[in-house]
Amino acid sequence: MHNPAPDVMLHVSELSKAFGALRATDAVSLDVRAAEIHAIIGPNGAGKTTLIAQLAGELPPDSGRIEFLGRDITRLPPHTRSHLGLARSFQITSVFLDMTLLDNVALAVQAHQGHSYRFWKAARRDAALVQPAMTLLSQVGLAKRAHRLARDVSHGEHRQLEIAMVLATRPKLLLLDEPMAGMGTEEAARMVDILQGLKGQTAMLLIEHDMDAVFALADRITVLVYGQVIASGSPDAIRADTSVRRAYLGEDITAG
Amino acid sequence: MIDWSLIVTQCLNGIQLGVLLFLLASGLTLIFGIMDFVNLAHGSLYMVGAFFCATFTELTGSFLLALVLSLPAVAAVGILVELVVVRQLYARDHLDHVLATFGLILCFDTLVQMLWGPEGMAIPLPTFLNGRVTIWPGIGFPTYRLLIILIGLAVAAGLYVIVTHTRVGMRIRAGASNRTMVSALGVNIQSLYTLVFALGAVLAGLAGLIIAPITEASIGMGNDIIIVAFVVIIIGGIGSIKGAFIAALLVGLIDTMGRAFLDGLLKLVISAQNAETAAPALSAMLIYILMAAVLAFRPQGLFPAKGR
Amino acid sequence: MGLILLALVPVFTALTDQSFYLDLVNRLMILAIAALSLNLILGHGGMISFGHAAYLGIGAYCVGIPAYYGVYSGWVHFPLAMGVSALFALLTGAICLRTTGVYFIMITMAFAQMMFFALVSIETYGGDDGLVIEVRSAFDPWLSLEDNVTLYYVTFASLAICLYLMHRIVQSRFGMVIEGAKGNERRMQAIGFNTYRYRLTSYIMSGAMCGFAGALLGNFTNFISPEMMDWMRSGELIFMVVLGGAGSLFGPVLGTAAFILLEEWLSGITLYWQLLFGVILILTVLLNRGGPLRGAKPLAGSK
Repeated sequence: MHNPAPDVMLHVSELSKAFGALRATDAVSLDVRAAEIHAIIGPNGAGKTTLIAQLAGELPPDSGRIEFLGRDITRLPPHTRSHLGLARSFQITSVFLDMTLLDNVALAVQAHQGHSYRFWKAARRDAALVQPAMTLLSQVGLAKRAHRLARDVSHGEHRQLEIAMVLATRPKLLLLDEPMAGMGTEEAARMVDILQGLKGQTAMLLIEHDMDAVFALADRITVLVYGQVIASGSPDAIRADTSVRRAYLGEDITAG
Repeated sequence: MIDWSLIVTQCLNGIQLGVLLFLLASGLTLIFGIMDFVNLAHGSLYMVGAFFCATFTELTGSFLLALVLSLPAVAAVGILVELVVVRQLYARDHLDHVLATFGLILCFDTLVQMLWGPEGMAIPLPTFLNGRVTIWPGIGFPTYRLLIILIGLAVAAGLYVIVTHTRVGMRIRAGASNRTMVSALGVNIQSLYTLVFALGAVLAGLAGLIIAPITEASIGMGNDIIIVAFVVIIIGGIGSIKGAFIAALLVGLIDTMGRAFLDGLLKLVISAQNAETAAPALSAMLIYILMAAVLAFRPQGLFPAKGR
Repeated sequence: MGLILLALVPVFTALTDQSFYLDLVNRLMILAIAALSLNLILGHGGMISFGHAAYLGIGAYCVGIPAYYGVYSGWVHFPLAMGVSALFALLTGAICLRTTGVYFIMITMAFAQMMFFALVSIETYGGDDGLVIEVRSAFDPWLSLEDNVTLYYVTFASLAICLYLMHRIVQSRFGMVIEGAKGNERRMQAIGFNTYRYRLTSYIMSGAMCGFAGALLGNFTNFISPEMMDWMRSGELIFMVVLGGAGSLFGPVLGTAAFILLEEWLSGITLYWQLLFGVILILTVLLNRGGPLRGAKPLAGSK
């Protein structure tokens, strides 16, 4: 039995998932330490989405183990993982479009305030929900838009909303699935600032394509190609690694 | 004292019900599998087939000729329905399908009443189909019911061949897994859908007309059996013809055998009086209990169609 | 706005020289309660239950069967109706709610049909022909539902209470969970909600409320029959919810009113009124481009 170092929060061991002949996740092992940002990069089709799905609890792995804070969570459903402190953001915007931004975040707050078998008091006027939600919205810069319907705000604001919702669940570790997806330069820079600000509070496993962001934020980088880990280490080590360069054939990963 | 003759007869009855259900369910599952469309009015097409056959039999004097004439007639009705109503709803969600086809049921029931009157219509069979066949020394079985079984199996075989070995079948399967791709390749998706819907209609109409000589063509006859067809495709896996076939036979057998033998079986364990009250209710519930049991272990049915 | 409509209802009772209207509105209100209950899971929760009529039937039978044995007390009938309905909802919901989409629709339909056939087979309670209820529920020592006007007011009070309950539930934390689960179940699970349990709870609550309506219905018609739970009745209930605007508070009431009044009017015009009705229903669906589950509100105002 492998005993991970004491500051390891998430320990993934020999995780595998195959779809027929396709090995989407091939004996992946990695860990995330407290207060670090661990980025996962890899070309398209590397199996990053499948990996996140297994870490989040949406897809059962064929074999392998996932340990979070010393506890085996491999077979636990998503909502239980959330209560253990493992939160996840979605690559494709997945908010409650027909609710206001405030409602969206308040729901996330509500999820972690005990049970919701309360049928009488109006949730939207409940200070215990509204105040923390407003604070979180301010933190991501959306306080002024709190009462807008989610379907009426921009894509970048959706991504900010995602972060607010995820933070509302008081996570110990964040699984961030391409938080910068589809953002322009300015919005992406703002997101990098937000994530920088969170460093130290929360550990993060960051899946990203945006290399500027990755090299600005990551303490460690793991490279995934065809479901396998081909390299893992500090940003400088990865930059210099020849197998990584080969994988990103033609792509200039030294930029930024 | 096992009455083999009774068991074999009921078994065959079960298979007959099974193939009838298959005819209905196959169209339903095709339409859902390919167009993602929930057609509650499928039972109405079943009814229309029966009434067309009744009228054609009256006009031509021959049941078999009427059978042949009814199929294109039902196809025409199906095409009409597809063009006018169904086509507008492919992009909508399932609730809309369900509500619209529910409205269609009301329309069909009334139209049939307007055209054929409120009474049902009997369909007389030619004499050579009216007799019994000896399938084993001492065991006879109605000729016509045997014919139903044969027709059903022939259709099943035919469907299998069409879907797996013809170009149309290929297009159907391709259309099921990737609509945009297929239409980009130049296959006319709209016509394909109309074709599939018409095929489903013909299958439903065939089921209706084939059972009508036994049960009579009557208004609303499709509304109860459609639920059983739904149970069949839930058990078999929505979108799967193979699943529909196996599930249909299973449901047909369990329902028939249950109704025939359950009270006898119950009497072995509980008092005769209790058995007599409980048995009919329980046997009516059997197929639903089967459905619940299947879903408990395989929520997608026994043979779910891949890649939705 | 809705309050004005409710206020008009007692006015109708003044017209009760024509008991026809008393009956019509009474039936309308009972079905409105049923539609209200369906709205909780369909309009707010996005669960398309095509088997809700089963609860109307169960509720009615919970009046009829005890009455058959000489038990006429409403104190037995109504709690029994709600209890048995809740139990049925628990058992069937536990299975149904593990499925989604089309499977869910079909399975709810199938379970309701199962009850239908089960009751048809039980000859003692009338089977196919149904059972007449000689004596209506009595709430000793206060009142009995024998008197049509009393029944009317009890129904009216029930409807008002149910509306208020729904109003509170929908706004509560529980209501937010149900609504969130309708919009994006995956997200709800990701933020930490065990959506299955909450949905099952709403399903049970909805069933119980509809069972209550069923008990009222049994009293109203003085007759119970398996027909009450036929799947086509469930379809009608869905229409009542959708016509009025699924997901709004008064929508189900307005939708039921529209449905019943339309039915009355059309059946007075021609023998073949169902054809017109069917066409109208189809057109409603075809023209309602927003989609009923997206909170499109043809009749009612906003939430």
